[in-house]
Amino acid sequence: MNITRVTSNKGFVLGLLGLILVLLATLPLYAPGYTPVLMTSFFMYIVLSVSWTLFSSPTGYMSLATAAFFGVGIYTAAMLGKDVPLSVFIIVGGLISSIVAILVGALTLRLKGVYFAIFTFGLVMLIPQLLVFWELHVYGTRGRFVVVIDYNTIYYAMLIISMILMVAAYLIRRSKYGLALQSIGEYEEAAAHTGINVTMIKVITFAVSAFFIGAAGATMATRWTYVDPYIAFNPLFSFLPVLMAIFGGMRQLSGPIIGAIIFAYLQEKLITTFTELYMLIFGIVLVVAILYLPNGLMGLILRLWKRIQGGQHANT
Amino acid sequence: MPILEGEGVTKYFGGLAAVSNVDFHVEQGEIVGLIGPNGAGKTTLFNLISGALVPKSGVIKFKDKNITRLKPHQICRMGVARTFQSVKVFANMPVMQNVLLGSLFGVSIGISSAGASREATELLEFVGLSAVRATPAKDLTLVNQKRVEVARALATKPELLLLDELMAGLNTTEVAQAMELVTRIRDKGITIFMIEHVMKAIMGVCDRIMVLHHGEKIAEGTPQEIATSKTVIDVYLGE
Repeated sequence: MNITRVTSNKGFVLGLLGLILVLLATLPLYAPGYTPVLMTSFFMYIVLSVSWTLFSSPTGYMSLATAAFFGVGIYTAAMLGKDVPLSVFIIVGGLISSIVAILVGALTLRLKGVYFAIFTFGLVMLIPQLLVFWELHVYGTRGRFVVVIDYNTIYYAMLIISMILMVAAYLIRRSKYGLALQSIGEYEEAAAHTGINVTMIKVITFAVSAFFIGAAGATMATRWTYVDPYIAFNPLFSFLPVLMAIFGGMRQLSGPIIGAIIFAYLQEKLITTFTELYMLIFGIVLVVAILYLPNGLMGLILRLWKRIQGGQHANT
Repeated sequence: MPILEGEGVTKYFGGLAAVSNVDFHVEQGEIVGLIGPNGAGKTTLFNLISGALVPKSGVIKFKDKNITRLKPHQICRMGVARTFQSVKVFANMPVMQNVLLGSLFGVSIGISSAGASREATELLEFVGLSAVRATPAKDLTLVNQKRVEVARALATKPELLLLDELMAGLNTTEVAQAMELVTRIRDKGITIFMIEHVMKAIMGVCDRIMVLHHGEKIAEGTPQEIATSKTVIDVYLGE
């Protein structure tokens, strides 16, 4: 392989990423109003799908707890928002989500396949019921108002959370823990007999993933003014990240990012222009993606790219 | 002092005693064979030693330390590695990464990544897989997948290696190569405890053989003693 080309490629990629970051950081200056609001929801979906992929893709444990962690973040913001600054309740929201993930993970990560998926989804059903029960009995009300924060601040908060998450996801994938997570997905029993503390690695990764989802929930809560448990724990937030990751492709870090952006954009456009057909078109896109893009959009792009390059690195 | 020692090891599956009150010991530097008819409890005994199962009663000691209730990864990091009867490679990962994981998480956990790659490369050379280091493990033949398992186990730097039917499904040439590999592993100073059905192999390389039948130890001795023991011939060797 040509080493100079690889280095210059790397420099190019870093430069491009730096440029994108600068453009994003200055966005509210040249594109005020609607754009930062739209971008905030892009970042929210990026955080959800990248966090989901971080744990579920290498290990093969299909988590449907995303909406639960997201809701825990939202409710943390709703309860603390008036008393502490934004950065504090974002971090607390993330931490509480992590703690829930550790408890749930320690209990359920021995469950395999569909049992794990169903259990995690059970959380999305259970937690809001508990919250409703608790609110009705303690306060005699259901739901609560969330502190309002201006949308540029929210935009920056989501930007920072996404950037930290992407760096974390990149480092984990490249580290020996990334390799260990993959080996757990391949053959958990063999991984354990190779010296890997499978329970600990699974629980910690699940908790890291939950932290970012909870932090995103705490941030986004401030956009909704009023939340009740059923709004906060919307099951759709368990499924959308999975769909986005499958659509974008899970083999590369860029897959869930691209998937999230395209889906979020589609959703925005379809809701405003084809209100009635929105879910129908959404569904068709997904079916086509699963049938014809087994490795997602990024898988397709990479395959085309290899063909253009003449396929000099045949894959075996 | 034996490197591995078991006293009264017992494991039930429901009402069935898979391993029943078995005493065993493996001395440092030995190659010990474990034979017995199907369902005799051989693999169960390996699962008990390596921590995949917990015995109902009895004590297993490795280098005089009680390992009976430790988790598989803890036992591995103490220096006991194993392979599996049905091959369990990380199928979609390249051969090199399969072995690398052993170096990274085994006895010398905390090793630098450069050191781990160097070790893994040497081990691939040792088992004869250097040419396919970048190939996903699932694309290898059975014999090569078994070599991957051996290399991955060796990468964890064991003092004791448990080989579960290394030779099953191999042809005559491959069996000869595998026997030679087993001797070379012992020459590295690694003690070997192996389950085997291929009689020629087990008689050829083992210093001592243990026979299990219905979960009980029915005989133990040198290959000659086992081959001529009336009990063993009755239950196992036949004729």
